[in-house]
Amino acid sequence: MSGQKRGALRRSLGRFLVWREASVIVVAVLLVVYFQASNSNFLTGDNLQTLSQFIAPSAIIACGEILLLICREIDLSAGQTFALAPFIVFYAAQAGLPVVLAILVALAVCALLGLLIGLVTVGLGVPSFITTLGTLFLINGLTLTISGGFPAGTVGGPVLTYIMGNAPYAEIVWAVLITAAGHVLLRRTRWGMHTIAVGDNLTGAAEAGINVARIRIGNFMITTTLAGFAGILEAFRIGSTDPLAGGSNIMFLAVAAGVIGGTSLTGGSGTIIGGLLGAVVLGVLQDGFTLLGINAFMFDIIIGAAILVAMISNVYLGRIRGMRS
Amino acid sequence: MSEALRAENIVKRFGAVTALDGVSLTLNDGEVLGILGDNGAGKSTLMKILTGFHAPTSGQLSVRGESVALRSVDHARSLGIECVYQDLALINTLSVYHNMFLNRELVGRLRLLNNREMRRRATEALDDIGVTVPSVDEEVARLSGGQRQAVAVARAVYSNAKILLLDEPLAAMGARESGLIIDLLLRLKARGDLSIAMIAHNYAQTLEIADRVVLVQHGQITFERRSAETSAEELLDVVRREYRAHRGG
Repeated sequence: MSGQKRGALRRSLGRFLVWREASVIVVAVLLVVYFQASNSNFLTGDNLQTLSQFIAPSAIIACGEILLLICREIDLSAGQTFALAPFIVFYAAQAGLPVVLAILVALAVCALLGLLIGLVTVGLGVPSFITTLGTLFLINGLTLTISGGFPAGTVGGPVLTYIMGNAPYAEIVWAVLITAAGHVLLRRTRWGMHTIAVGDNLTGAAEAGINVARIRIGNFMITTTLAGFAGILEAFRIGSTDPLAGGSNIMFLAVAAGVIGGTSLTGGSGTIIGGLLGAVVLGVLQDGFTLLGINAFMFDIIIGAAILVAMISNVYLGRIRGMRS
Repeated sequence: MSEALRAENIVKRFGAVTALDGVSLTLNDGEVLGILGDNGAGKSTLMKILTGFHAPTSGQLSVRGESVALRSVDHARSLGIECVYQDLALINTLSVYHNMFLNRELVGRLRLLNNREMRRRATEALDDIGVTVPSVDEEVARLSGGQRQAVAVARAVYSNAKILLLDEPLAAMGARESGLIIDLLLRLKARGDLSIAMIAHNYAQTLEIADRVVLVQHGQITFERRSAETSAEELLDVVRREYRAHRGG
């Protein structure tokens, strides 16, 4: 190969590597190739459906968590909001509300929870790590109390149930739509710019006249609403409302998806599309190893290692990006 | 000469601490005023009152002859008062042009950002005052200290500032970089349509740029001269004398 050619190849490789989401795409593709080679059932319709159902909820919650991580916040209680929302739908519908309205009421309650978390965090200056550790138990207790600890059914006619998660790929379609909307929100709106500004330089953002409290509180509200929406989708898909659905597991998966996707834990930068890709990587790992018959304990070890590797490569690629100029 | 900005008897207390103890000063139209003083003398507090960031405990501000109570940074801005803080208020992870339009972003259809127009205008605005950056698409984190300062100043000027307040524009910069900023400020001064108040540490550099200088010490203005009528040595002398008198008293 001539030197010139090699140089061009290196340049395009370099450009690809510094593209934020590139490394996650590479990892996802390699994993898919590996699992398909190990077990030919991997790329079948049935398995892809299972995979999409695993990916969708964490990808939806990840959109919110990524916005929060970018402005240096986190919502640890997203998994509990996830469990609460479908119960509100269920009880509101039982109380006589039309199901669509019941869903809107549930989302409004979730948004209110976000407002509460935001007001405590921003207004009283409590770190969101602490605030949402509190609301984690609080919301979980609330769900257990109103449900009596027992699962409930779901409400709504077949069409609504179909759209809201029961159709084979309904959940992942919602996840892709929400990711697309989240991406536009982050990259193409003033809200997104201000979210990045708040996370990178809170004082500077305030000095520029940005209402930093509104941005931070608003992102909490987006996250709780998305978490509630994901929970509602999940309940409609399964056809049962479970007080122990979601939980910390789904929240950590969402945060991990964001971090694997390239969102910085130190704030100021992140990618929503990367969150979806991160959720795909986690889903492929989970599903692939299940097909290979690896046990659940082993899975946690693998996920833990994957998150560590992702964070280390994030830092490393961040350095390459920094050196490019 | 008419006044751009006037502060009368400004007092600012934070709890038991008196940061400003009756400061009066005037910034004339088209002039550059240097505000000198040690750390903790109250310069930055004064600046934050002039920008509407803090409300004074007592005292009166007037802009172009009309007395105002600045309610917020946005309010001050609407009166043509722009400020470049020492930390520059730049967002490292955003591009130069997004920084130029921070909190003034242009939006088009569906309220989506009009990046093309912002990029075009930012390039134009930087060219206009002779600031060079590698590219307006570059993340601010990759710029040098002087370039960052220049972008922050350009942002303030571009937003139609009539009164420009600069907090330590030459701090923490090498000789070459601070030279670039001094040239930039001299170019802005030559335009004549801006009134500039700059807080600074370095007497010699400030005298080079400013038409007039004031000294702030322990929350008061202790000295005021036209730059042509004083020197770095005299300023240093006054500071030493005041310091001794203050400690002795």
